Amino acid sequence: MRKSRVLLAGAAAVALALSACSTDDPDDAADPGDDVAAEADADAGDDEPDDDAGDGDADDAGDDDQREDDDWFVRADYERQLAQRDIEPEGPADQPWLQAIDPDWTDTSEFAAETGDNTLCFSNASVSNPWRVTGWITMQQQVEVYQDSGDIGEFRVSDAADDDNQQISDIQTFIDAGDCDALIISPSTTATLTPAVQAACDSGVPVIVFDRGVNTDCMVTFIHPIGGYAYGADAAEFLVDNLEPGASVLALRILPGVDVLEHRWAAAQEIFGASELNVLGFEFTGGDGAQIKDQVTQYLQRGNVDGIWMDAGDGSVAAIEAFEDTGNDYPVIAGEDELSFMRKWQETGLTAVAPVYSNFQWRTPVEAAVKIWNGEEVPSEWVLPQEPITEADRDEFLDRNADMPSLHYAKFGGEDLPGFPDVWQDR
Amino acid sequence: MTNVTLTRRGDQARTAAGRLFGGGSGTVFALLLLICVVISFVNVTFFEPPSLMAFAKTVAPLVLLAIGQYFVIVSGELDLSVGSLVGAQVVIAARLIDGEESRTIPVLLLMIAFGALVGLINGLITTLLKVQSLITTLGMMLVLFGAVRLWTGGAPTGALSEAFRQPGRGGIDLPVVRQLPWALVILVVFVVAAIALMRSSYGKTLIATGDNERAAAYSGARVWQVRTTAFVLSSVMATFAAVLIGGFAGVTAQVGQGLEFSAITAVVLGGVVLGGGRGTVIGAMGGALTLQALFTLFNQLALPSTIRPAAQGVIIIAAVAYAARERSRPVASTEPALSRDSESRSTT
Repeated sequence: MRKSRVLLAGAAAVALALSACSTDDPDDAADPGDDVAAEADADAGDDEPDDDAGDGDADDAGDDDQREDDDWFVRADYERQLAQRDIEPEGPADQPWLQAIDPDWTDTSEFAAETGDNTLCFSNASVSNPWRVTGWITMQQQVEVYQDSGDIGEFRVSDAADDDNQQISDIQTFIDAGDCDALIISPSTTATLTPAVQAACDSGVPVIVFDRGVNTDCMVTFIHPIGGYAYGADAAEFLVDNLEPGASVLALRILPGVDVLEHRWAAAQEIFGASELNVLGFEFTGGDGAQIKDQVTQYLQRGNVDGIWMDAGDGSVAAIEAFEDTGNDYPVIAGEDELSFMRKWQETGLTAVAPVYSNFQWRTPVEAAVKIWNGEEVPSEWVLPQEPITEADRDEFLDRNADMPSLHYAKFGGEDLPGFPDVWQDR
Repeated sequence: MTNVTLTRRGDQARTAAGRLFGGGSGTVFALLLLICVVISFVNVTFFEPPSLMAFAKTVAPLVLLAIGQYFVIVSGELDLSVGSLVGAQVVIAARLIDGEESRTIPVLLLMIAFGALVGLINGLITTLLKVQSLITTLGMMLVLFGAVRLWTGGAPTGALSEAFRQPGRGGIDLPVVRQLPWALVILVVFVVAAIALMRSSYGKTLIATGDNERAAAYSGARVWQVRTTAFVLSSVMATFAAVLIGGFAGVTAQVGQGLEFSAITAVVLGGVVLGGGRGTVIGAMGGALTLQALFTLFNQLALPSTIRPAAQGVIIIAAVAYAARERSRPVASTEPALSRDSESRSTT
């Protein structure tokens, strides 16, 4: 009996470890960020050690303790992304998913298809968080448009559920089948998926990569919004502009080690470093509302918090509630274009901004595939606009999304698609 | 029956002898006190009444989960499904209530029924189909996790009503403490109920079952019933924890993740032996308080919250190892012969 108990205890410990792997924060919580994350990989080619990247004054002015994540900061990329925010994108203003910033057009005539009814294949990394779910619905509706017009015949999809190996085999299956007329890939991770994307290119099928990038430029086009530095900077600049010098800012982050989230934070550190704001610290929350509320409450017990910077909107309402429940004044806060946050923002009238990681990018790969079949030029790197929602256009976006669920993203860009609004409501 | 009673008396004698260092519930409260002292050096404002009330709000769900997990562990089983169940319940509540105040009560009742059903399934599969609870509840964890993803298409929809959020978020406004949280009131009720339950004949049978299943069966206990009830209690407690967590922080896609791990850590930290038969429900509650206090201390020391899983892992290994060391000691001569007898028999 005792032996069996020891065995049981041992087995329990193993199971606990397993369950920790399968359900504990580090893996799963990664998703929100992950998904939101993509861009930087495009720049992997020009990654330089940051010492060479020319540390500016802002860096030196900053608190050195806050700069320990320098591995994630490439000044050239940071400056390029910040500059891209001010570039007027080419393309129709009312269809941001067709716009491109500073495009370098590439010829696609070699892929031109004579007939309609093309088979479109899509290897998806996962639909494991609200941002991806929203985008995935939009993409399916966009495909429907082109199925009705006869451009797309069959739409084949594989979902790798955040598993790199699964996605590599998914892509291989598409290549082996040999009947994809275009292959869209939303990679799960950068380095691991690069050979698979390369293999897909080598098979001769036009490859379209979007959201997160890969370390190759063999694809016809790589589609992504401006990126993480721009996102983090939008949020940080708003706090700097709206808080008095000396005010205290708390940063809430989802988890470490995800490139785009790190870039958001690196950009924020850069801007806070050059400002008079006092950064109290940063906390990893896994995007879990209960943890966020607990952490913020504890900071409030120790002193004033005047501003909240978040690397993604998940759980921002919980952060705001922590101020309500402890009887503190609302902070100046940077959330995201997630509707739960935007509704809370409207309700309470707090000073806030919603940085956007453009969800409408899920439409663009389908548009790109059709353009490629038509032999039209597409940008080799298709940088989509990424504009934060401010108080000025907040109500307009809320009106447009009035009946949408709270974990929906305001800039999903699917209002003109068939099935609107029902398919986004009944997910 | 005599065997069982005497074994229990032996347990009592042992816990009395080594209350502080014996790895029982005494140790965990000593540890809690120590952590509180350290916190008071780091940040004395933590002990201001409003801060303590905020702490009570955060710790309440974990204590409920620890109580539920205690019932299962002390009966000799393990419940890994509670974290997923909490997540599933919050998502179900948000989806079904969808912001309508009038649906609060019906949905609450439905949640309790669903929780009881999950516990019943866990219990019956474990006891009647003889599937190890480790596998049963691991399976249930994955089933619930996957089913919720499937049902919601990957992301929760809907919204909780204000009334639903009151137990976890609201309270009675009072001077001094600012607000007496409902969560604390609910917590006290469950703590008293759990202690009463463990003093009842059911509680005694539960411990006897975990200590020596065969002896309990010979003395007339329906082991499968006792254990199945423990699983149901665990799932129902998880449901109430879900109400508090959902109320506290609202719906996020990550809600509930890793809670089974926290609950088990709290229980073993409270001196409850994995494998069953030893440990008190008060110890399990103390374990939950201590674990949460430890996380608070980590926070006060500005340690990153990513340290939590690692800390939990160390605690669980250390606590199990400590308990194993305790049991491998020679049995004290003051104990009744019969108890020693059964002990040595079970070793072989």
